[in-house]
Amino acid sequence: MEPLSNRKKVLEQKPMNFWERMYLPAVLKGMGVTIKHFFRKKATVSYPEVARPYSKNYRGLHSLKRDEEGRERCTACGLCALSCPAEAITMISAERKKGEEHLYREEKYAAVYEINMLRCIFCGLCEEACPKEAIYLDGPHVPADYLRKDFIYGKDKLVEERFDLHSLR
Amino acid sequence: MEAIFIIEKLVLIVVVFVLTLVIAMYSTLAERKVAGFMQDRKGPDRAGPFGILQPLADGGKFFFKEEIIPAGAHKGLFIAGPTIAIITACISSAVIPWGQSLQIGGRTVELQVADVNVGVLYIFGVIALGVYGIMLGGWASNNKFSLMGAIRAASQSISYEVAMGLSIIALLMVTQTLSLKEIVAQQEGFVNWNIWVQPLGFIIFMTCAFAECNRVPFDLPECETELVGGYHTEYSSMKLGLYMFSEYINMFVSSAVMSTLYFGGYNFPFMYDLGLSQNWITVIGVLVFFLKIFAFIFFFMWIRWTLPRFRYDQLMNLGWKILIPLAIANIVLTGVITLIKDTYW
Repeated sequence: MEPLSNRKKVLEQKPMNFWERMYLPAVLKGMGVTIKHFFRKKATVSYPEVARPYSKNYRGLHSLKRDEEGRERCTACGLCALSCPAEAITMISAERKKGEEHLYREEKYAAVYEINMLRCIFCGLCEEACPKEAIYLDGPHVPADYLRKDFIYGKDKLVEERFDLHSLR
Repeated sequence: MEAIFIIEKLVLIVVVFVLTLVIAMYSTLAERKVAGFMQDRKGPDRAGPFGILQPLADGGKFFFKEEIIPAGAHKGLFIAGPTIAIITACISSAVIPWGQSLQIGGRTVELQVADVNVGVLYIFGVIALGVYGIMLGGWASNNKFSLMGAIRAASQSISYEVAMGLSIIALLMVTQTLSLKEIVAQQEGFVNWNIWVQPLGFIIFMTCAFAECNRVPFDLPECETELVGGYHTEYSSMKLGLYMFSEYINMFVSSAVMSTLYFGGYNFPFMYDLGLSQNWITVIGVLVFFLKIFAFIFFFMWIRWTLPRFRYDQLMNLGWKILIPLAIANIVLTGVITLIKDTYW
């Protein structure tokens, strides 16, 4: 049969000669390899002190965004929960009262918004489904915890900090 | 026998004992560090700075683990196994000369616990006893894997002790004495080290020492891939810890023996040309001796993380078909050269 590439190597199975049977040259060669690695730069990242940077398109913890006036963007349409393949998102909507216009952008908002981080597969479909650009997976990874209930993240953990644009100017 | 002599020896024994244990303890950390460094990792560095508290943490963990003695095991022998292993490991360092002698208040204090005039034989005897610990432990466990490991340990020790003894005979033909103290005293300076007269004997001796310590590449008694844990499969808690510990103590002692027999022990180059007093020469000598020991311990670890384990038939081939004929050839060669030297010079 015609060979597919020219990389084929025929291994010779000849008996070992005297030097090879002494093992010592091979042992010394191997020791040379290991001692080279001994002085090489270490690949270890000492994690809690040194954190490796996330890649640009890393999908981590979700955050619920605010608009430029600091109002929550989410209108509780439920598309994120619908698109979620792991069914990790639940929400209860509520109507905006008079005098709450500075808190919520639309007339309807999410009174309860919960993501179960143990169910979430960080696929980013909620991000894609959101018509209001209200949810992004731009956080770090989910930290460890002891109880299952502590992995259900509510609005207290998800909604991003209020950000005062005017203070920048 | 004066009281002060006994106190002096007791102090020396305690110091040597504590040193042995501490060095064995930190060998476990060093082993993991060396392993890490050779695999481009950092090794344990969480417990204390650079992980120096790691051995303490490991020891503490061993003490708090559940102690299991299997129902089918012979209880007495099961406990005797690790006991014998650790005792023989500890007593073998008794005849090693750690340094010359100190002058303290007009008294000459020898830095050697016992100057037995058959020191080499004593070490051999104790090493030969060491295999009983492994044998008994493996046999008393009432477990096929343990028994296989124990049988391997026994046959390996017996095979390699022959070659080891033969390589030592060639050395003794050169030194003309069995006393370790005199052997070291003969290797004054640098050019008189026995490694220059017995290079082949040293290689054979070192290979056998690796085998006697059950170190990689000769660690078939505890071959994980075939025998679960080998002779200590059924052991848990501090009894397992003692087995591990005795392995590291053996490594320390055989490093000491190798540097005593072949690398001049406490001797260092130009020791009498620097115009130092006797006490200073002794102190520096002890430090040099420990430096040599640590170098050997590092070498043990270096080999461990370089070479894969031998197959069992390869082990036996190496022992019986290569090392023993080589050792005998070495004896003949040494004899011929000594004869020629004595006749014509």
